[in-house]
Amino acid sequence: MSDSEFIVEVRQVKKSFKDVQAVKGVNLKIKPGEFVALLGPNGAGKTTLVEMIEGIQHPDEGEIFIAGKQWKHHQHELHQMIGLSLQETRFMDKLTAYETMRLFASFYKLNSHRVDEVFKLIGLDEKKKAYVDNLSGGQRQRLALGVALLNKPKILLLDEPTTGLDPNARREIWNILLDLKKTHNTSLILTSHYMEEAEYLCDRIIIMDQGNILGEGTLQEILALGGGHRSLDELFISLTGRHLYE
Amino acid sequence: MNRITNHQLYRLIVAHFAEIIREPSVIFWGVVFPILMAWGLGIAFTQKGGVQAKLAVVRKTDSTNPNRETKLITWLSANTQKKDSVYTITLKNEKLGDATLSFVETSSSNAFTLLKKGKVSVIIEDQINGSEYRFDPANAEAKAAYHLAADLEAHGPQFYTENQSQIEPLTLSGTRYVDFLIPGLLAMGIMMACSWGISYTIIDRRSKKLLRRMVATPMKKSNLLFALITARFTMNLAEAILLFLFSWIYFGVKIQGSLPALIVLFIAANIAFSGIAILISSRTANTEVGNGMINAIVTPMMVVSGVFFSYHNFPDWAIPAIQYLPLTMITDTFRSIFNEGAGFMDVWREALVLTTTGVASFVIGLKIFKWY
Repeated sequence: MSDSEFIVEVRQVKKSFKDVQAVKGVNLKIKPGEFVALLGPNGAGKTTLVEMIEGIQHPDEGEIFIAGKQWKHHQHELHQMIGLSLQETRFMDKLTAYETMRLFASFYKLNSHRVDEVFKLIGLDEKKKAYVDNLSGGQRQRLALGVALLNKPKILLLDEPTTGLDPNARREIWNILLDLKKTHNTSLILTSHYMEEAEYLCDRIIIMDQGNILGEGTLQEILALGGGHRSLDELFISLTGRHLYE
Repeated sequence: MNRITNHQLYRLIVAHFAEIIREPSVIFWGVVFPILMAWGLGIAFTQKGGVQAKLAVVRKTDSTNPNRETKLITWLSANTQKKDSVYTITLKNEKLGDATLSFVETSSSNAFTLLKKGKVSVIIEDQINGSEYRFDPANAEAKAAYHLAADLEAHGPQFYTENQSQIEPLTLSGTRYVDFLIPGLLAMGIMMACSWGISYTIIDRRSKKLLRRMVATPMKKSNLLFALITARFTMNLAEAILLFLFSWIYFGVKIQGSLPALIVLFIAANIAFSGIAILISSRTANTEVGNGMINAIVTPMMVVSGVFFSYHNFPDWAIPAIQYLPLTMITDTFRSIFNEGAGFMDVWREALVLTTTGVASFVIGLKIFKWY
C-alpha cells in the first residue's frame, strides 16, 4: 500500500543493465504540486529513475506508486495522468506544430479547444502552421512541453528540457513552468545539468550520483549539508569530487 | 464528423500521409522515377526492328604480295559508302526492320582498343581468301553482328531482303518487352515502397525516440502500425495507377485478365510486403543497420525475381527457389493477369500465400517489436 499524501512514491528501487547498476535502492516521495529537481552528472542514474517512474523501464527490485497505483495493473490510467518530455525527442518533420499537437491530443481524446489552450500556454500561437523542421531548438522544446501538458497531467516528467538551448529559450521554458506552478496543482520531476534551473524552479533538490541519492532538501537545506556551501556547484564537488556537468 | 477527425486512428493516418506527400523526393522516387524507368526501358527495348552493328576490319595482306586487295574491303569499297575509314551499308527489310552495318577499317591494335571500349562488337581479319571473325560468343549483340556480316559477305545484301513472306511480326498486345516490364515495375514498386516507406520510417522514428514518446500516451500501438500501413497502401495505389495510366496511354499496355483479380493480388502483395517490412524493422534503432537490412532483403529479389528480364536464364536448380520469392510470385501473377488474361481462379493461391506470408511476418514482427 502507498501513502496517499504523496503523488509519487519510490521504494527501495534498484535497476541494472548488464554489469552496470544504474539505480541502487532509491527511495523518493513527492507531494502533489511539488516541483522536484534531480541533479547529477551523466551516468548518475537520474534518467533511469525517471524512466521507471514513466513506466518505460521496470525496476529489478522495489516498488513505484503513482497516485497509489502501479504500472503493472493500471497502465491506461497512469498514462492519462502523466505528461512527459524526453531528452532529444524529434517529432515528425513534415507536420506542422498544430498537426503535431492535434495528433497527440487525439491519443487523450481531446479536441481542438484544448490544443488552442495549450498553444496559448506555451506562447507558440504564431508558429502553429510552421513545420516542425522549421522550428528553432527552443520552439521545438516548447512544443514538446505543450504536448506533455495536453492532458493536464498530475505529474510532469521533464528529462533535461533545456539542454542545448540558449539562455533566452531556457528562460521561456522556465516561465511556462512557473505559470503552471501558480495555476495548476501539477507535480514536476525535472532532471537537469543546470544548477540555476533547479534553484529557480524547484521546491526540492535531489542530488544523485552513481545510482544513489547523495542529498536532498530545499535549496537552503541542501546547501547546509556538510557545513554550508555557497552554491550547489560547490556542494556537488564536495559530495562527489566532480563537477555536475561532467 | 468531429468524432472521426478527433479519433487517434484518423489523426495517425493523416499524419503519416502528410509526411509522405509533403516530401518532394518521395513524390519523385515513388511516382516520377518509375514512370521514367518504364519510359526509358520501354523505348529502348521496343523500338521497331532497327539493328545497328559496328565491326572493326583489319586488313591482313600477304607479306609476299602486300599490294594485293583483300576480299571484304574490296567488296565494301565497291558496294558501300566510305567516310572517315568507315564503310556503311543499310540492309532493308520491312518486317525485320532495317539493319545498318558499319565497318571501321583500322589497325589490329586499335581494333582491340575499340572492342574493349564497346565501340565495336566484332573484329574481322580481312584476308585475301576470306575473313576471320573474332568476338565473344556469349555476347548476343556480337553474335548477331557476326551473322549479319558473314551472310553479307557470303550472299550479298539480298540475304536480308529475301523471304519476307516467311516472317510474321508479333504485334499482339502482351508480347512486347514493355508488356513484360510494366507488371514487374508495379510489383517492384510495392516492394520498394513498403520496405523503405514502412521499415525505414519505423527505424527512423525509433532512433529519434518518437515511438517511445508515443507509447508513453494512451495511444493504441496497433493503431500506429495500421495507420502507417494504410497511408503507405494509399500511396502505393496512387503510384500504381499513375504508372499504369502512363503505360496504357504511351505504350498501349492493357489488362487482358480480370480487374478484380488484379485488385485482390495488389492488396495481397501490399499485405505481404507490409508484414515483411514490420518484421525487418522490429528491433533496430540504428538507421545504418536498418539500411543494410532493407537492402539485404530487397536487392537479391530485385536481381533474381525477373522484374526486368526473365529469371529462366538462371540455372535450373535455382528456379524453384526463385519462384517462391514474394516478388517473383507477385511479378509472375501480375504478368499472367496483364498478358495472359488470368482470372481470380488462376491467382487465388498466390494471393493466399502472399497474404499468409504478410500476416505471419507481421505477427512475428509485433511479438519481437521494440518500441524504445
